[in-house]
Amino acid sequence: MQAEEKFTAETWPTAPERATLEGKNKFLGFWLFLGGETVLFASLFATYLALKDKVPNAEHTLAKDLFDLPLVFAATMLLLTSSLTSVYAMHHMKNFNFKKMQLWLGVTVLLGAAFLGLEIYEFNHYVHEYHHTFTSSAFGTAFYTLVGFHGGHVAFGLLWIVTLMIRNSKRGLNLYNAPKFYVASLYWHFIDVVWVFIFTVVYLMGMVG
Amino acid sequence: MSTYAQKQGFGATIWDYLTTVDHKKIAILYLIAGGFFFIVGGLEAMFIRIQLAVPNNDFVSAGLYNEILTMHGTTMIFLAAMPLIFAFMNAVMPLQIGARDVAFPFLNSLGFWLFFFGGVFLNLSWFLGGAPDAGWTSYASLSIASEGHGVDFYALGLQISGAGTLIGGINFLVTIINMRAPGMTYMRMPLFTWSTFVVSALILFAFPPLTVGLFLLIFDRMFGGNFFDHTMGGNTIIWEHMFWIFGHPEVYILILPAFGIFSEIFATFSRKRLFGYSSMVFATVLIGFLGFMVWAHHMFTTGLGPIANSIFAVATMAIAVPTGIKIFNWMFTMWGGSIKFTTPMLWAVAFIPSFVAGGVTGVMLAVAAADYQYHDTYFVVAHFHYVIVGGVVFALFAGAHFYWPKMFGTMLNEFLGKITFWLFLIGFHLTFFIQHFLGLMGMQRRIVSFLPGQGFETGNLISTVGAFFMAVATIILLINIIMTTVKNERVGNDPWGDGRTLEWALPSPPPFYNFKQLPLVRGLDAYWLEKMEGKKGMTPAEPLGDIHMPNNSFIPFVISLGLFVAAFGAMYRAETAWGIPVLIIGLLITLGSMAMRSIKDDHGYHIHKEDLMDDDDNKGVKA
Repeated sequence: MQAEEKFTAETWPTAPERATLEGKNKFLGFWLFLGGETVLFASLFATYLALKDKVPNAEHTLAKDLFDLPLVFAATMLLLTSSLTSVYAMHHMKNFNFKKMQLWLGVTVLLGAAFLGLEIYEFNHYVHEYHHTFTSSAFGTAFYTLVGFHGGHVAFGLLWIVTLMIRNSKRGLNLYNAPKFYVASLYWHFIDVVWVFIFTVVYLMGMVG
Repeated sequence: MSTYAQKQGFGATIWDYLTTVDHKKIAILYLIAGGFFFIVGGLEAMFIRIQLAVPNNDFVSAGLYNEILTMHGTTMIFLAAMPLIFAFMNAVMPLQIGARDVAFPFLNSLGFWLFFFGGVFLNLSWFLGGAPDAGWTSYASLSIASEGHGVDFYALGLQISGAGTLIGGINFLVTIINMRAPGMTYMRMPLFTWSTFVVSALILFAFPPLTVGLFLLIFDRMFGGNFFDHTMGGNTIIWEHMFWIFGHPEVYILILPAFGIFSEIFATFSRKRLFGYSSMVFATVLIGFLGFMVWAHHMFTTGLGPIANSIFAVATMAIAVPTGIKIFNWMFTMWGGSIKFTTPMLWAVAFIPSFVAGGVTGVMLAVAAADYQYHDTYFVVAHFHYVIVGGVVFALFAGAHFYWPKMFGTMLNEFLGKITFWLFLIGFHLTFFIQHFLGLMGMQRRIVSFLPGQGFETGNLISTVGAFFMAVATIILLINIIMTTVKNERVGNDPWGDGRTLEWALPSPPPFYNFKQLPLVRGLDAYWLEKMEGKKGMTPAEPLGDIHMPNNSFIPFVISLGLFVAAFGAMYRAETAWGIPVLIIGLLITLGSMAMRSIKDDHGYHIHKEDLMDDDDNKGVKA
């Protein structure tokens, strides 16, 4: 099958993301890349755990007094939901329903942006209320690095999905852009999985001391 | 495509190489850049040996000496050995599996340019206030305290070139999994392809910890972070772990392709199937696997405790088992073979005792209790030069001679090749064998000078003399390359006469689309099988048809350039007004060109069947 070929809902293949050799390569290459990303975040988690609550003196706030669970829970729900809506988008992509795919990708982007907004609010809160900054202690540096790396990934993912949506808004789906949408949604799921670990390791384990 | 057959002007050639996505040309770029950095690193090594030739020498100052030894190690590992290995992987692996190119030709180019700009950035430190001086391992307790921008050059330069390596690793993995020719099953892949496969997996999982470690260093040095500042709660041991979780797999990333090259050479010039092929594959995978579980043997004296030290000691010794399997398989390959002592074969034969010597000292160092005596002495220096020079560098020299005709279409002179070999072999053992004893006598690693009357004079002088032998050998190789290129005597598909694998079924150099028709692979050593049945070439697996090719692109160069610019901004951010704007401009260049790549469709083009048929009498298509 050719990347430029025109399709209808009937001729559209069941796995459009892997219908061309380029698509197959992208699919596999991106999974491998996520393997590398897993090690990257594992290293950041290890660094965080080694430096958790490591502060220069008793005046610094520790994890158990810092985190605001209701806020983080709301952020978690937003991001988990955005992962679900990206599944809907891919469902419509596989059914050759471009409009609905764009709609659900739009919802995904909005939820992701809301998550990012809450995270910025949260960081701002820690800096101004608790003087817990990037430079105030090793704990602060490790916390903002780990959670910030995740936030940076979210921001990049938003830019990526929006670029794809705008670029393809006029021309609909084909086998050239279907793999692109698919790997972007894989990336989005990955970000979500990392957040589940951050919620557990940083926030929940932080609450119990 | 017709432009390839025409004579190109110099400017057009340069532009072609700046934008190329062809794995064979990218291989040449890696070879040139890696060769250049190999010479730079070699000059640094010569300065080290001149400084240590006699006691109390003041050829260089102590501070400059630290910079030279740091840059020698960093350059040789990251900017010479890695890219030279990537050169052979790029040149040979796609041909060996019967592919027309790698899976992601665009990313292949991006990987090269990231490595190149990272390397240039790192080396510019010499001209911009001083090179890094905290050792190639850059332990945080030293690197945080290091003044000036040397260590910043190290962290940012390696970050950029490391990204290129990671991209290359993913690319090779996908290529090997998805792009093999019909009949090329995993257990029919040549050993060099197998080692590329395993090494790419190691790169994928080993480079992210380095990325993180370098980020921590960058944040601490440039953005006020506290990871390694114990007064703020930080811990410098984190760097040691991150560095060695990367650093130990890295040595297998270097040595496994060397094993792969030697496996090809032993089989070719013994004119015999590689002995124990499946156990070789098994050993390669096992070494790759165990390579991740031994990093703390670099940290025995850090104080991790007896239990951790024992576990890592045992795991380290276990690696000797699969390596031993390989050594015996190579010897059994030669046993009863009809051996031809060509230049590549000489390197391969000399590699066995040299590398085994390095392996034996490796097992000695793995004994944690004894390591307290060896640690940071010249015994360690001797050990790792025996495995890296006796293993990796020998393989690079062997591979250069072996694959030169396939890459450039002309044979290196065998007589000069053998002179290079003998001088280098003698020089290598002169330089490093004596260092074992210097180390056991108590000479510290990285020391700038030594006192007379402590028994170090003779050993160090011998070592320096040996280094000059290696320098002369390298110069003779360069002369050989120039002579060969000027003469330019073209050779056919299989210039060694005994090629076994698919790359030798193609013209030298191969046409830019590699295979006109994908070959049908009927077993291990696919080309040899056909030759034994009296056939001239491979049986095609498909009818002649249009070939889809990727377009050249300048974007990889621009993406890498953007990061290069941004790195300057990040580094001078604190002390200059232009730092932040330059950082932002650099990142915008990178992100903008990435967006351009994403927005602009690139479907590639097709070579039409009719043009391919015309190509028959035009075997030596310009590479």
